Amino acid sequence: MKIMKKLLSAAIASTIIATTAQAAISDNEIRIGYLADMSGTYRDLAGPNGLVALQMAVEDVGGQVNGANIRVVSADDRNSPDVASSTVRQWVENDGVDMVAGLVASSVTIAATRILEQSNRLGIVSGSAASSITNEHCTPNHIHYVYDTYPLANGTAQAVVQEGGDSWFILTADYAFGHALEGDVEKVVTANGGTVVQKVRHPFPTGDFSSFILQAQSSGAKVVALANAGSDTTNAITTAGEFGLTQSGQTLAALLLFLTDVHALGVQAAQGIQLTTGWYWDMDDDARAWSDRFMQRTGVRPTMVHAGIYSSTVHYLNAVKEAGTDEAQAVRQQMMNTPINDMFAKGGYIREDGRMVHDMYLAQVKTPAESKDEWDLYKIVRTIPGDEAYRPLSESQCKLVNN
Amino acid sequence: MTTSVYASPARKSVLEQKQRSERRKLMLYGAFFVIALIAPYVVYPVFLMKILCFALFAVAFNLLLGYVGLLSFGHAAFLATGGYTTGYLLSTYSGLTPELAILAGTSASTLLGLGFGLLAIRRQGIYFAMITLALAQLVFFFYVQSSFTGGEDGLHGIPRGKLLGVINLADNLAMYYFVLAVFVFGFAVVHRMVHSPYGHVLKAIKENEPRATSLGYNVDRYKLVAFVISAALAGLAGSVKTIVFQLASLNDAHWHMSGEVVLMTLVGGVGTLLGPVVGAAFVVSLEHQLAQSALGDWVNVILGVIFILCVLMFRAGIIGEFQKFYKKNFK
Repeated sequence: MKIMKKLLSAAIASTIIATTAQAAISDNEIRIGYLADMSGTYRDLAGPNGLVALQMAVEDVGGQVNGANIRVVSADDRNSPDVASSTVRQWVENDGVDMVAGLVASSVTIAATRILEQSNRLGIVSGSAASSITNEHCTPNHIHYVYDTYPLANGTAQAVVQEGGDSWFILTADYAFGHALEGDVEKVVTANGGTVVQKVRHPFPTGDFSSFILQAQSSGAKVVALANAGSDTTNAITTAGEFGLTQSGQTLAALLLFLTDVHALGVQAAQGIQLTTGWYWDMDDDARAWSDRFMQRTGVRPTMVHAGIYSSTVHYLNAVKEAGTDEAQAVRQQMMNTPINDMFAKGGYIREDGRMVHDMYLAQVKTPAESKDEWDLYKIVRTIPGDEAYRPLSESQCKLVNN
Repeated sequence: MTTSVYASPARKSVLEQKQRSERRKLMLYGAFFVIALIAPYVVYPVFLMKILCFALFAVAFNLLLGYVGLLSFGHAAFLATGGYTTGYLLSTYSGLTPELAILAGTSASTLLGLGFGLLAIRRQGIYFAMITLALAQLVFFFYVQSSFTGGEDGLHGIPRGKLLGVINLADNLAMYYFVLAVFVFGFAVVHRMVHSPYGHVLKAIKENEPRATSLGYNVDRYKLVAFVISAALAGLAGSVKTIVFQLASLNDAHWHMSGEVVLMTLVGGVGTLLGPVVGAAFVVSLEHQLAQSALGDWVNVILGVIFILCVLMFRAGIIGEFQKFYKKNFK
């Protein structure tokens, strides 16, 4: 039945392509809008360098698809859903933008995807962490590509418990995101036979973490987990480094930490931290080759978000080529039908809820002795297979999944 | 008029001049209104609505800073309260029409303004600013923690609904004219207030508070009323903004927003009626243009430099400087 359906749609698609080859791509131009934080907290992990990654993808595809030019526009979302919403609206209604890439802060992503759903355009989310984006906030018009909080909590917690870290101290940012992360971690820790000794919540945002780190040290827990993000995480890590938390035998586990954060902290302060990442520039030959090209253009090593923007844009443009149209649903279907094998992921695939499932990696920050240069920051401890890492569809609340 | 008694030629010419300047002002407002009517056919309507919402917010803020001399650093709380109340009601009760939701949002921020005002107007200057900031931070943390606001993610997908159950606001043009009507209403309220005897007492308080007290005015009562009206209008702006963007977010409650409205008012011109409107249009357009240009990552730096230049060199703001220039050269 499914095969028949596919054949039929392929037949219809091919007739459409044959008859209206020119009209299939709207305005005979593929327009991509890059929306990200260009000036605020998330500038380093996505920002202007994400736009470079996107342009690299466009160049590698040849600057055009089926004779239609590719045009890229970009805007700063200022981490504000208002700005995101008005920009995306204008792109869609006035400028005929077909796909929106980037998308970092989760409030920005949710605002943008609502508009994309109303107007049937496509969004590819590379920067956001919230797993709700493909759960209660899922739409048929976006794909969540790089990572989300589910494998971050799941991957790190499971791996650390299995390696003997069975007693936990969780330091949580006191708002919805932190609470969700804390809940996920606690579930995984107890399911794997560990115990949570103490949970402490800190206000969001916090500058001085001394009292919290002292509490963590006196709790006697083997693992100190940071269920927070951004400057809270880096501040906590800096303080932990000053108090010699890891040197005194406790393991520090960060749940959301980017390469650029670790680079800014330096290996001295960050050494020994365990974290889960979707990609690392030095993990294999393909990744290295691409990140060398990226570094030539930008002067820095790419984060997983940069790599994801490149990979997803190439995947998108190839799908437009195969489908012969830039209509969102046809392209999304084509993207789902094609597995992803490139410098970012091997055997990655997109589920019906929009989640791109691929292997995740448990990494540990190197010690100053191990690190050869300023970007030689992680060693990959183990690979977490994609199907284990992400939230199974059976637990999904997404409206696109029949449960 | 009293022309019969004091009909000296000098007095007459002063009166004539006043009338002429009133007429010119009316013509200016008229011109602005006509431009506003045509604008959505030239400029993207959602962008214009954003300017109008912030202009109303700045006008409300300027009522306090420009006419009573009170620098509130907590106006974001009123904007957000209006927005969240309206957004929550519209997304929870599907039968509710937008005007009722806006009314509820405005009432909520009016009540909050009464609470803030009762506490804050007891102090002056920097202490007043600090109290409003502290109270606004309390409100911010309340919205971060509450489940009905969606925390960090905010409220999304709020339906625009049908105005009075008839006019479909999903249409951008219909929405625009509604927002314009609300803005004109808010502006008219402030205009009327400022030019009424009540407004003159406010100005007297601004100039010299002890003197106003000695003349027998209950200064605290006057300030409180002004504060509550300002909060109500800020809430109205927030409510309308929520319907325009179909979302309510934590950004509106953040103290950055309180700072941004100070910037808008200063750039446009404190204590002038049109100043905050021009300032809001200027800041919003600048942010919008810069965000989409190659200078994107310099937005904050550029806004900061403009702020410093304004404070150091053009203290009267765009409209204020223009008025000075006009008076010097054409009168």
